[in-house]
Amino acid sequence: MRPFTYLRAQSPAEAATLAAQVSGARFIAGGSNLLDLMKLEIETPAYLIDVNDVGLDRIEAAQDGGVRIGALVRNTDLAAHPRIRKDYALLARALLAGASGQLRNVATTAGNLLQRTRCPYFYDPNQACNKRQPGSGCAAIAGFSRQLGLIGVSDACIATHPSDMAVAMRALDAQVETIKPDGSTRTFPLSELHRLPGNSPNIENSLAPNELITAVTLPRPLGGTHIYQKVRDRSSYAFALVSVAAIVQKDGRGCIALGGIAPKPWRVERAETEMPNGAKAVVGQLLDGATPTHDNAFKLLLVERTLAAVLAQAREQA
Amino acid sequence: MDTPDLLPMSRRHLLILGVVTAATAVLPPFISARASAVNSSRPITTSLSLWVNDQQYELDLDTRTTLLDALREHLHLTGSKKGCDHGQCGACTVIANGRRINSCLTLAVMHQGSKITTIEGLGTPDQLHPMQAAFIRHDGYQCGYCTPGQICSAVAVLGEIRQGIPSHASPSLTEPPQLIAGEIQERMSGNICRCGAYSNIIEAISEVAGVNA
Ligand SMILES: Cc1cc2nc3c(=O)[nH]c(=O)nc-3n(C[C@H](O)[C@H](O)[C@H](O)COP(=O)(O)OP(=O)(O)OC[C@H]3O[C@@H](n4cnc5c(N)ncnc54)[C@H](O)[C@@H]3O)c2cc1C
Ligand code: SF4
Repeated sequence: MRPFTYLRAQSPAEAATLAAQVSGARFIAGGSNLLDLMKLEIETPAYLIDVNDVGLDRIEAAQDGGVRIGALVRNTDLAAHPRIRKDYALLARALLAGASGQLRNVATTAGNLLQRTRCPYFYDPNQACNKRQPGSGCAAIAGFSRQLGLIGVSDACIATHPSDMAVAMRALDAQVETIKPDGSTRTFPLSELHRLPGNSPNIENSLAPNELITAVTLPRPLGGTHIYQKVRDRSSYAFALVSVAAIVQKDGRGCIALGGIAPKPWRVERAETEMPNGAKAVVGQLLDGATPTHDNAFKLLLVERTLAAVLAQAREQA
Repeated sequence: MDTPDLLPMSRRHLLILGVVTAATAVLPPFISARASAVNSSRPITTSLSLWVNDQQYELDLDTRTTLLDALREHLHLTGSKKGCDHGQCGACTVIANGRRINSCLTLAVMHQGSKITTIEGLGTPDQLHPMQAAFIRHDGYQCGYCTPGQICSAVAVLGEIRQGIPSHASPSLTEPPQLIAGEIQERMSGNICRCGAYSNIIEAISEVAGVNA
């Protein structure tokens, strides 16, 4: 790990300002992804701005009937919150399907959204990786790509975004709130947070330099049956091969987001009009244009079958 | 990310813990912290106090020191183990402010003021914690390397179920989770045992919880 100076900010505005006034700063929340990558010197911040004391650790009712989740709320607390369990069960289920009890106790809402890919070549500094070292190539495309992405990917990078929580939030139409170093704030849909790789997979999100996420908001509860189905190599404590987050209403309509297959939580709203026609019809549109590798082509069928199981389960529970 | 000459930030509102001790004699701490970061090959040290097993310790540490390394290398509390050092195995599990965490994936400086409990704080050879005694009774280990982490995790798991925190294995999110072996199994998945003593571990925890494994 490279040496760094550790600073503790006392408010969101201070954290953002501070980060902008030094060179090479990163925010640290739970630290469970950032420190992992710092040990491998994949991340090499000169300054760590600790944001644990900035007062963003509350879950509040929002005026529109929705809920506002502070950026520093721990994954454990979010999943255990009575309001989330009752009205946004999809989110609680996705959180509980992720990582381990120990990790969920430290992982935060913003840190989870901004965690980096688990592509094994990204993690291995001896391998070519355009995300880690722009222009060096991508060892994954011709390599062991079973875990990697098949849609939204590019010739430069086929990495997936590993978060479970983000997939549920995407299905729930979450919005992200931020503050910039100049003190200005903005709110935008979660769908606009993560960037597709194109020719620059090293640029992963639409945040400005040193822009701090302050909260994630969820609109009024959508009702319906909430199901998060994660398919993985072992039944606990593993990243998704594929995951399906679905909210299904009594009439068979609803919304669907997928994890484990793309550089961002994958949702195509127009595919959802096919929901009453079954999984094959939905997946035809949802994964239209997919470019799987030899190793991960199995995910196409796995998505379809997982979605079919989810829709059947939703009918049973309705 | 430009580097202006001075930070306009008020020092009153800002806790700065990265200070090179050698430089502090001439420069105010804030400047020395910044100067040292530019020369990024030099370690940057900081003083902090840690509360571990009800005892307070004052330490001067490289900011890079993980909580695990602080416990093992500086406080010589070698019960917590370094397995993978990447949050994947759970051997380093300790309890911080009542919650189990991987001590390898957190910095010691982030724990200024938090209350840490390690395996040494749960029980002693003469006065075992009930969970330690149950692990011995049920042979909940072979080589023993993962055991301190397993035990810290297990103690916290029973607390989490009592507090009503749901898990992936909970059939309902609105009912309180049940104290059953399936819940314990799922919640213990962050602790890997390479000897495969899992079934005995579940038996030990179940006994302490008063349930049938
Ligand atoms: C062994 C293992 C298994 C895991 N399994 C899963 C899994 O199955 N599913 C899953 O979803 N996740 C999994 N994870 C990942 C885990 O969920 C993330 O590490 C965690 O959510 C990151 O949150 P954090 O608060 O610790 O982030 P940090 O490590 O503190 O930060 C991550 C990034 O976010 C930035 N950041 C943090 N807060 C802010 C903010 N407020 N504004 C702007 N930027 C910010 C940081 O600068 C950093 O770049 C696993 C991790 C490990 C180690
Ligand atoms: S898929 Fe992306 S992250 Fe993985 S090696 Fe290729 S460029 Fe790097």
